[in-house]
Amino acid sequence: MASGDVWILGITMTKFGKHPETDSVGLAAQAARGALKDGGVSMRDIGILAAGNLMGGGALGQQLQKQIGQTGIPVYNVANACATGATALRTAVMAIKAGEVDMGLAVGVEKLSGAGLLGVGGPKKQGDTWEPSGRQGAIMGLDGRVNTDNMPGTFAQIGMEYGHKYGGVSFELFARISEKNHMHSTLNPLAAYTKAMSVEQIMNDVMIAYPNTRPMCSANCDGAAAAVVVSDEKLKTLSDDQRKRAVRIKASILTTDPYEVGCQILPNVNTLTRNAAKQAYEQAGVGPEDLDLVELHDCFATAELVHYDNLMLCKEGNAVDFFSSGAAHRTGSTPVNVSGGLQSKGHPIAATGIANVWEICHHLRGEAGDRQIEGAKVGLAHVIGLGSACGVHILEKAAA
Amino acid sequence: MSTADTATRIPLVDYLALEPEPHLVANECTSCGARYFDHRDACASCFEAEFTRVDVATEGEVTAFTIVSYAPPGVEAPFVAAIVDCAGTPVRANLVDIEPTPDKVTLGMKVRLVTHSIGTDSAGTEAIGFGFAPA
Ligand SMILES: [Zn+2]
Repeated sequence: MASGDVWILGITMTKFGKHPETDSVGLAAQAARGALKDGGVSMRDIGILAAGNLMGGGALGQQLQKQIGQTGIPVYNVANACATGATALRTAVMAIKAGEVDMGLAVGVEKLSGAGLLGVGGPKKQGDTWEPSGRQGAIMGLDGRVNTDNMPGTFAQIGMEYGHKYGGVSFELFARISEKNHMHSTLNPLAAYTKAMSVEQIMNDVMIAYPNTRPMCSANCDGAAAAVVVSDEKLKTLSDDQRKRAVRIKASILTTDPYEVGCQILPNVNTLTRNAAKQAYEQAGVGPEDLDLVELHDCFATAELVHYDNLMLCKEGNAVDFFSSGAAHRTGSTPVNVSGGLQSKGHPIAATGIANVWEICHHLRGEAGDRQIEGAKVGLAHVIGLGSACGVHILEKAAA
Repeated sequence: MSTADTATRIPLVDYLALEPEPHLVANECTSCGARYFDHRDACASCFEAEFTRVDVATEGEVTAFTIVSYAPPGVEAPFVAAIVDCAGTPVRANLVDIEPTPDKVTLGMKVRLVTHSIGTDSAGTEAIGFGFAPA
């Protein structure tokens, strides 16, 4: 073990779906206590808490301490759009790398059931006479009058833009990507939806923003996930069983979108993902061909396609061929979103960036049951939040 | 067009110029040429802070689109949201004067800027919006 590495000692996720009887703090507590138990440690061992949540008012960490243990440790309340969970995890990792603590806890939670379409805003309140305001001198809300602010529509354009650049995309192709993820979710008891859907069912479902129909959009739901991370030095002092189940964090990367022509017109989710992937592969000393499985941010079916390319799972411009060859299916060469992905497992925003790491760890530990990817040794988890922020973690099974 | 006419019209956004013919106007960084439709404190590309107003081509090509089924109040649905490449300057807009169906709207289609009325306020000022129609 190289000194300076950080490991995942314990990790868990709650069932994603509807949790009407439990509040955000309660879900976060469930996940946090689960992660501590999974790692065989207690709040007494934890030196820092990073708490991710977008919808809850910004003080989740301290509220959570009241439920799981107030030990006076530093708390970081983290918000970074859909990359919030990954950012919370990375915050705990950085505290360990900085040498401040030897063990940290990262939590992400969201309650979104019934939230409807995200990013749909009403028009500005109209006064008696037109008054230009804001940085575009707009006299009324521009959503729907100058393109769309809604997420399904934004990501639809991102997928179509890929098609314009490289060719080969179609409504049916995107529906097939969704079919794959819904099929994968039938093996995941913690997924919000666990029903297989045919391509026809997916295409004939409610159209949200062409070419994304409802099942091709991430499922708004409730859920939480948490991880205990530990330093190399500290791990050496723990039990054989703890060491065997520990998962090495080979890379922990966070990027934002650099300036490019048009990035202010249509968010560019490509370059920052490619940059994060490049840095992650370099830090980890592995290449895309070494990955046994990938959990990527399929907030919409149209997004999954472009990230095959951005994460360099295929040659530039070849995402359509990559998918059509079956490579991304759980039986393929690079299984993608065997959890069911955001489209079927669900997307409780701040939980997502830890839940996808949990999925990878589950396989690396050989504990994924029916959906186990046999012999998985290395996996990659990716999230992206519009605005934008991208988190990539590469994880490796502990040496036997 | 008379001055009186001009006084009674207002563009939806300040980067839509109505005279002499409707066109979009970008804030171009004098240092690196990056173009913005909103007001920037400094250039996101090169960090300099001087901008000049430049006219944007009124014809372009659709490089991405979506057909949005649910619109905010006051906007008709479905509508086509698109990215239009106007001679190298990408623009956000809706496509208009076209049936909002996937067999009518295509990637790469040629379009041109058009304007339309979007209401009149109590002072009688008419708001003018823009979109792109098939060329
Ligand atoms: Zn500049």
